[in-house]
Amino acid sequence: MSKAHDTIFRTLADPTRRAIFERLCRDGEKTVGAITERAGVSQPVVSKHLGVLKQAGLVRGRQQGRETHYSAEIKALAPLVDWTGKMTGFWEARLDSLEDLLKRMDQ
Amino acid sequence: MTTPANTRTVVIERDIAHSPEKLWRALTQPHLMEEWLMKNDFQPNVGHKFNLRGEWGGVLDCEVLEVEPLETLSYSWDYRHEDPAYNLRSVVTFTLTKTATGTHLRVEQTGFQPTQKQAAAGAYAGWNQFLEKLDQLLTRPE
Repeated sequence: MSKAHDTIFRTLADPTRRAIFERLCRDGEKTVGAITERAGVSQPVVSKHLGVLKQAGLVRGRQQGRETHYSAEIKALAPLVDWTGKMTGFWEARLDSLEDLLKRMDQ
Repeated sequence: MTTPANTRTVVIERDIAHSPEKLWRALTQPHLMEEWLMKNDFQPNVGHKFNLRGEWGGVLDCEVLEVEPLETLSYSWDYRHEDPAYNLRSVVTFTLTKTATGTHLRVEQTGFQPTQKQAAAGAYAGWNQFLEKLDQLLTRPE
């Protein structure tokens, strides 16, 4: 699997983080406070998740006064929903198995 | 050859440290194919129709298109879904070239999807539902 896919999958594997991301996709731009109200976790935890999402390129922050408004970078997901991206990951994994098999065939 | 605008190609290339003869066996013997690819009823005869059955429950419809022992193997790779938007029609071609250290393997998949909506034909079993959800989100206007 490519590095970009790997990062996105790992980032979104966490259910809380995924819920935050899905909410931003659905409802548009939100402040940390607004996200926390419905996240079921504390504000520092939400901020930490947003930091990870931001690092993965999945959200962007916009400073306005003392508050940061976060929104989803939906375009960052494009490689995942494109079948060529999926199939590249599929073939890389299958060819790893093929090489393992070839090694076993020697024995 | 004219190709529809939404035809896409995936190419994976690898240098394999094994002979073309051995690699060819792994690519064409059903019990070996099952070990690295999927359960199947493959036969290396042009025109033979077979299925590849994925662990995620999906079944691919395939037909052997080209068999050049130790050099080229090609078959169709179609995924039919009740929602036509998820259908995938594609062709997979394996090309083997003998090298000093083994074999250079090139895997090419050229596919055609009838709509812009994305196929769930990949084998990311557990991720498919999630990806479909993301797909729905992506097709919303920004």
